[in-house]
Amino acid sequence: MELNQLTIQEAREGLKKEKFSSEELTKACLRQVKKLDKKINAFITVCEKEALEQAREADKIKSDKPLWGIPIGIKDIYSTRGIKTTAGARVLDDYIPVYDATAVKRLKEAGAIVLGKTNMDAWAHGASGENSDYGPTKNPWNLEYVPGGSSSGSGAALASAMCLAATGTDTGGSIRQPASFCNLVGLKPTYGRVSRYGIIAMASSLDSIGHFTRSVTDSALILGVTAGQDSFDATTPDIPVSDYLKNIKKGVKGLKIGIPKEYFLSSLDKDVKKTIEKVLEKFESLGAKLISVSLPHTSDALAVYYIIQPAEVSSNLARYDGIRYGFPRDRFSDEAKRRIMLGTFTLSTGYYEAYYLKAMRVRTLIKEDFNQAFNQVDVLITPVSPTPAFKLGEKIDDPLKMYLSDVLTVTANLAGLPGLAIPAGFVKGLPVGIQILGPQFSEELLFRTGYAYEQATKWYQRRPKIE
Amino acid sequence: MNKKTVQHIALLANLKLSNKEIEKFQKQLTEILDYVGQLNKVKTKEIKPTSQVTGLENVFRKDEPGPSLSSQDVLANAKKTDKGMFKIKAIFEQWS
Repeated sequence: MELNQLTIQEAREGLKKEKFSSEELTKACLRQVKKLDKKINAFITVCEKEALEQAREADKIKSDKPLWGIPIGIKDIYSTRGIKTTAGARVLDDYIPVYDATAVKRLKEAGAIVLGKTNMDAWAHGASGENSDYGPTKNPWNLEYVPGGSSSGSGAALASAMCLAATGTDTGGSIRQPASFCNLVGLKPTYGRVSRYGIIAMASSLDSIGHFTRSVTDSALILGVTAGQDSFDATTPDIPVSDYLKNIKKGVKGLKIGIPKEYFLSSLDKDVKKTIEKVLEKFESLGAKLISVSLPHTSDALAVYYIIQPAEVSSNLARYDGIRYGFPRDRFSDEAKRRIMLGTFTLSTGYYEAYYLKAMRVRTLIKEDFNQAFNQVDVLITPVSPTPAFKLGEKIDDPLKMYLSDVLTVTANLAGLPGLAIPAGFVKGLPVGIQILGPQFSEELLFRTGYAYEQATKWYQRRPKIE
Repeated sequence: MNKKTVQHIALLANLKLSNKEIEKFQKQLTEILDYVGQLNKVKTKEIKPTSQVTGLENVFRKDEPGPSLSSQDVLANAKKTDKGMFKIKAIFEQWS
């Protein structure tokens, strides 16, 4: 197998045994970028020179650190010292941060090599990548389809083997959905598990900092690096970070898996539904118990999300005035303007109670639904998206239709829960994923559950053929 | 949402919109507000609002000075600076 196709675990093994160097590994990734990125448009910035320098340095020093010499992509919403950071928006077209986000700092300290900054829907607003001010990203499984969003470039870069992992942010599904569309493992950690410091804020009570990997083990490995309290983000609690790899192989025998009936919408694609049913059968054959549960406020979650999220967006985007950095507000493109307007409206005098306060109350009900479900079951399994990847252009002119793509993922953000998306099969040549949801800070259990299924199916070993 | 509300909201949000944009956003925002209006049907009289999910309150750290950015770094991305300060357009009219 080519070096750029390896999992992190495989690459670590190869580096340790000196079968290849980090420089060779990094060069293999850069070659793939050069070969394919004109078609895919996964990167906004490629840091060839810096990456190669870092790789040579890693080869010289050698270390057992978890990501030593591993080239990764960083979503362009993470501040990277000395590397342009746009959040996919022309407002920040020339912005060069003077500090690293905490997650970037921790990844670098663990030995990761920053290959470049990945494309995304501007300000992380979108479910397709098409809202990027730097052009849409294509799905490596079929270039006429979207890779999902908003972490579109991270999903596409990893699926097309331009890096060994990539970071993302998930405010309403922006990691889980592209992971599902690209046959990848995508982790949305518990809210507060990974520091938001230095990551350009979208909706501050919902933003979760996670990543894309090929395998569940790789996902656990990265969370072990990025998770943990940070004095620069007061929402990161002082809860110890587990050794996420320790119990990963323990299996799912006796595990109680809840199937929330409300997630099997009438709009759920028939083939996606069949795929999920097969997944559940597989879990049963692995010894898990399937239990039907109800989350009665699921159908209100999207409405709650599209009040709370734009409200927080309007507040966070108010700071962009082009004075201290970046360009003036006339550079905002349509989706950002729409959300700023919507949020400003629902927070304005006379409408606050009817919209924002109401949404915060229903958010409580959604949270309580989950609490009750987790009294009965250990984890929940649901589809990630009602359909596989859709075609470029299919939803871009109809904002509400695009918003509906998030219907099955926003609940975890509203309740602050962790969610692990893993590959679950294919429908007409396009990948389909499932998400495993658990109580807050149950990432260890999610990895264990995901690993059992992954090892029994090995969907992750399938890679797209890109012409 | 009528045209006047759209204009008012744009003013509050410090966005300049063309007439075409006002028309477009009026239609799209009305559609979205109609959709989220479904929450009116949910009974929430006795329910407390959730504004955050961590349960953490009054998070303090020790008041100790640590490393901070140099003024050169702070000004590094500014379009215009003057004597170590951000230079901006006048925001008050000059009194004569």
